[in-house]
Amino acid sequence: MGEYLGQAARLMVGLPDYDTYVQHMRMKHPDRAPMTYEEFFRERQEARFGGASGKCC
Amino acid sequence: MNPLISKLGWAALSVTGAACLGVVALSRGESISALWIVLAALSVYLIAYRFYARFIATRVMELDARRITPAWARNDGLDYVPTNRNILFGHHFAAIAGAGPLVGPVLAAQMGYLPGMLWILAGVVFAGAVQDFMVLFISTRRDGRSLGDLIKSELGEVPGVIALFGAFMIMVIILAVLALIVVKALAHSPWGFFTVAATIPIAILMGLYMRYVRPGRIGEVSIAGFVLLMLAIVAGGWVAADPVWGPLLTFDGKQLTWMLIGYGFVASVLPVWLLLAPRDYLSTFLKIGTIVGLALGILIVAPQLEMPAVTKFIDGSGPVWSGNLFPFLFITIACGAVSGFHALISSGTTPKLLDRETDAPLIGYGGMLMESFVAIMALVAASVIDPGVYFAMNSPAALIGKTAQEAATVISQWGFVVTPEMLTQTAADVGETSIISRAGGAPTLAVGMAHILHQVIGGQAMMAFWYHFAILFEALFILTAVDAGTRAGRFMLQDLMGTFVPSFKRTEALVPNLVATGLCVAAWGYFLYQGVVDPLGGINTLWPLFGVANQMLAAVALVLATVVLVKMKKQRYMWVTVLPTVWLLACTLTAGWQKVFSENPKIGFLAHAAKFSAAAENGEVLAPAKSIEQMQQVIFNDYVDAALASLFVLVVLSITFFGIRKVMQALRDDRPSVRESHHGLHAEAGRA
Repeated sequence: MGEYLGQAARLMVGLPDYDTYVQHMRMKHPDRAPMTYEEFFRERQEARFGGASGKCC
Repeated sequence: MNPLISKLGWAALSVTGAACLGVVALSRGESISALWIVLAALSVYLIAYRFYARFIATRVMELDARRITPAWARNDGLDYVPTNRNILFGHHFAAIAGAGPLVGPVLAAQMGYLPGMLWILAGVVFAGAVQDFMVLFISTRRDGRSLGDLIKSELGEVPGVIALFGAFMIMVIILAVLALIVVKALAHSPWGFFTVAATIPIAILMGLYMRYVRPGRIGEVSIAGFVLLMLAIVAGGWVAADPVWGPLLTFDGKQLTWMLIGYGFVASVLPVWLLLAPRDYLSTFLKIGTIVGLALGILIVAPQLEMPAVTKFIDGSGPVWSGNLFPFLFITIACGAVSGFHALISSGTTPKLLDRETDAPLIGYGGMLMESFVAIMALVAASVIDPGVYFAMNSPAALIGKTAQEAATVISQWGFVVTPEMLTQTAADVGETSIISRAGGAPTLAVGMAHILHQVIGGQAMMAFWYHFAILFEALFILTAVDAGTRAGRFMLQDLMGTFVPSFKRTEALVPNLVATGLCVAAWGYFLYQGVVDPLGGINTLWPLFGVANQMLAAVALVLATVVLVKMKKQRYMWVTVLPTVWLLACTLTAGWQKVFSENPKIGFLAHAAKFSAAAENGEVLAPAKSIEQMQQVIFNDYVDAALASLFVLVVLSITFFGIRKVMQALRDDRPSVRESHHGLHAEAGRA
């Protein structure tokens, strides 16, 4: 339950689940090293606010 | 479940809902408990979700749980990730919920709670939730593409550019209105100002910690930030009471306007990790927490509604905003009933995270029902405070004067008996020097929330804390929206300008960045300043413009949905999107027309300009102007507002024209002409 709520809270601020990402990289792109959590975090932070996708009124 | 029991259960719920609505609608003269409204709303939501959303999902869209969604087809663990539907619901709701559903219902309460409540419920079921759901569906079937892209590919290149331009102007008006709400809430309030200003260093501390000390630890840093925020509220009380700091931090609207404009510019060119992202965490979590807390508070306290069900102001003579029930009530409550802005979210991050198509009703339709419930709570919060206090807070000084004595006399003459002592006592209770003429929704909502929450936690002594907590909660996410919106507006502008000067498309280059940001801030700053100096409170002018703009974007999204339905050869279900489109067009075109051409200078911009021109020719000076130059400025502003309203009307008319043309074309085709992306089917339905 705690895990679940944590995931929900993180996605609310635009951060998808890191473990899911790593698992995806291992399965689909075993040749490439996945980003570390810090890199992943920064990449997502930039992606959330970098484009023309605003938040709502 | 046994189908008979299920049927009986839904029948019982329908009867309950009808009974609650009956109590709300038919009680006259005596005050009723807010729980009747809440129960009526919840019954309506459940029935609409169970029957109407399911009807749209199975008959109109024919959703297929096995169809591979973009989240699976393009899974990259980042933008495209199949996500558990409950988690995605939280994400989507956090993205759509903002200040809109909190402010509109508060302003609409001048006509009583009944008209607002009925529109919120009918609007969300037949228009708002349908729009969000349809756009989510359309975008999901097209690899999660954005609204602008979808309009371009479904309606054509020209309507695409028109819609992009319209969206930019809507953004400008939204930012101006949101900033105006903050200015109105913080003017002459050192407590509020200190608390809200403190969020800037708190966010920067959080940003630095997350960048350099423990990168990416959102949880711990948010908890620390929350504790600091609460301390800032308490410290705000000390600062306001201090004989030196109190007056030093007391600012009027104009000073706050310049500060906000400067802030908006600086904040939107700083790196996102330093200020925007950490404050986004605080505002998102505080928003969700407060909404849950307010819902619990209403259930526990079960407050009585003091506002009459219907006031005499349904004739259009109300002091808070001008204009008749039709169309202006339906413009005033935009978000919460139907909000075009959601079309941008439903075609943004959410469709890229959808696990199965059959999750779309919960996310799209259900998410909007939840937002509508927030609007219902705001309506309750505005209706539990004394109507006399409500009108004192929301009427402009030009009508009710500046002192408690004057205000109480005028408002009592309107039939809402209130004493000057009640007004000064309410101000003292919430720790402010005055509550008179604080239009804009946030202070009224804060008094209402404090009224409810202090009965749960803290008692009378905590009233001022809860008031400033509510102000902080609103200001926090409004500032985040101003900051993120200026950034988004800058990207839109660079995109638009890049069509003519290609070098402007480079979003990472410093000069185009600063120029586009400056233009964006100047655009919303202009409307903000104009609103702040307006003697009728600014909300009077800007809120209807915002409402018209937002509803028009909704009409555009619904036109798109209609075109897609016909291209799918689903024209027998066209009414699902055509009916709300026609209603929105009727409201927004009437309102747009009246804002420009009404002969009443309180409503029509041109009539207002004519009144000032006539006075200026006779050498008279009318408030707010203090000189002939300022008279010219007022007249100029009226022309700008009239041009903007006309522009919105032209945007929506042209999109409707292009939409009708496409519908005619598609009707002539004898087979579906819809172009969706196909990624095949899963062997079995449902996983993440």
